[in-house]
Amino acid sequence: MQENQSKRVNIAQGLKGWLGTDTNLLRLMVMTCTIFIVMCLATRGRFLSLPNFQAIGLLFPELAILSLAMMLAMFTGGIDLSVVAIANLSGLVAALIMTRLLPADTATVWVGWTLAGGVVAALVTGVICGAINGMLIARFHISAILATLGTMQLFTGLALVITGGQAITGFPDPFLFAGNGEWWGVPIPFLLFAILAGVLWVIVSRTPFGLQTQLTGSNSLAALFSGIRVPWILFRVYLTTGILASLTGLLMIARTNSAKADYGSSYLLQAILVAVLGGVSPTGGIGSVGGVVTAVIALQMLASGFNMLHFSNFSRDFFWGLFLLLIMVINHYANRRGGGRNG
Amino acid sequence: MAKFSYQHESILLLLLLILSATIGWFNPAFFGPGNLLSILKSCAIPGILALGTLLVLLSGNIDISFPAIAAASMYVTCKLALSAPWLDQMTLLVLLSATIGCLLGLANGVLVHCFNLPALIVTLGTGSLIRGGLLAFVGTRIVANLPSSMIAFSKATLFPIQDAGGQSTGLAISVVIYFVLALVTHLLLMRTMLGRGIYALGGAPESARRIGFPILGIQFFIYSFVGLLAGIAGILHASTVRNANPFDLAGLELTVIAAVVLGGTSITGGRGSVLGVMLGVALLVVLGNSLILLGLPSHWHQVASGLALILGTGLTAWRSRKGQSERGV
Repeated sequence: MQENQSKRVNIAQGLKGWLGTDTNLLRLMVMTCTIFIVMCLATRGRFLSLPNFQAIGLLFPELAILSLAMMLAMFTGGIDLSVVAIANLSGLVAALIMTRLLPADTATVWVGWTLAGGVVAALVTGVICGAINGMLIARFHISAILATLGTMQLFTGLALVITGGQAITGFPDPFLFAGNGEWWGVPIPFLLFAILAGVLWVIVSRTPFGLQTQLTGSNSLAALFSGIRVPWILFRVYLTTGILASLTGLLMIARTNSAKADYGSSYLLQAILVAVLGGVSPTGGIGSVGGVVTAVIALQMLASGFNMLHFSNFSRDFFWGLFLLLIMVINHYANRRGGGRNG
Repeated sequence: MAKFSYQHESILLLLLLILSATIGWFNPAFFGPGNLLSILKSCAIPGILALGTLLVLLSGNIDISFPAIAAASMYVTCKLALSAPWLDQMTLLVLLSATIGCLLGLANGVLVHCFNLPALIVTLGTGSLIRGGLLAFVGTRIVANLPSSMIAFSKATLFPIQDAGGQSTGLAISVVIYFVLALVTHLLLMRTMLGRGIYALGGAPESARRIGFPILGIQFFIYSFVGLLAGIAGILHASTVRNANPFDLAGLELTVIAAVVLGGTSITGGRGSVLGVMLGVALLVVLGNSLILLGLPSHWHQVASGLALILGTGLTAWRSRKGQSERGV
């Protein structure tokens, strides 16, 4: 048995040397491919259809942007529990402007201006909410989990107070196109997401800000002593998550054609799950845009496949939980093997 | 070390009294025995859950799976009781629900300790797993015809009194259970080596291990205890609302954590008390109750509790920083 184990260690180390350093991303990609193949077999090929991929491309960007926002917060060793609340609040602000301020004579120019006004107002809401989070965490030194827990309740509460719990529906067609339309068969939300993910990748891996964020997360004291303005970095991170959340809010209301104060509350836990699955360390410093995007695609394929197989939504939660725990346990064993005894 | 200063608890008590006096000023119905008893009753279930959360936070970890555990043990217990009539006794039902909860909690402990995983992520996973499993494989239908012993239990009160409307109210037994559990938790934390170990684990894990505290046992105990309390709270909840709804209690984790933190518990571990937690729960419940009595729409409840949490944690963070700078750290 001892021998067997040492042989396994050798094989694992050999594989690792051969395939490069990012084994977590590799493992995740293997899992994603496995899911893909299993789903294709289980649905007897129905999974392999263009409409299915279009549906996946339409559905996953919302969760993906929230997960990327969560990744940024986790980089600093924090977490942002208020992302879904910010998304809903900004969505509602945009929805109010687009429905209440829309003039009776719907001349195209005016529709355009109200649309722009709604989008800008939503982004401003995101900036303000993010700034509040940033202030609480960076200036008043409240731990991120508690500050955003509080602001989550605050923002959701404000959204409820504004609408009285009612849904707001009926947005102009050009706006709905951004949430449902397609361009050469590619869903618009997917295109928007691809651009955003590209920008985020550049920010995270090619700018000083991205590096400083990760350094802050891996050791904030060392970062401080090496001249990084840690509070300023923290503030900007939560500002960014606020903006990303408000973009998600806009996408959500554009896709569903309705805005509601408590929409998508299950997104919060899913976003954390996706970030962790994508190899982001909740203790800070580690993670990549590619990993998170792969994880969210894996989960969306799992969800779509289960949907085709007529599994209930609840069994999806069950399998997501199982998936998360499995990945964590596998990572644990892999890291221990790779890191030797001190792992 | 054995001496604790109850400064934070005094501030909370003062806040609670000021809040109560203000509400009583605007609406004297607040101080009616009926309302006070109903506030206590509303405290019982979040309170029991908060006791478990206190233990986890004290050990420097966090558990967000307990509402799922509570819903699962409650629903499974009710289903079992309906198919096996000999179970129809409140004590047995509470024991059964507590056992199921305890086992589910132990699973958390195993994952956290044996695989050395962050508790937030583990309990996120198990919470999703348990709730999904419950709804997908056990059932989604609300059980409206509960076992008769649970109905009888929900009607039973101690010290019944007649209120102004001629209706009989009294101290619900769930409140008594809450107080007993709070006392047990308090004694456990203050008078046993296990309790000292939980504080030590939260204060400095490595030191706790080197002193010789059995970390494995302590971790297993903490998560089993959270599960146990969740099981009890679940069955009491079903009995109070007189139906077993598997969708119930979802989202309660954040409110409960808010109450525990408001009670002065440090989220990084090592600091907090049962008294503070009970006051934190009471403060949030009174806040919610007051908004109803003051005639504000219930939507304001969330705004108020969010603000309370931000102010409460801000105060704690500010005080601990002040303490640090005074000590010259």
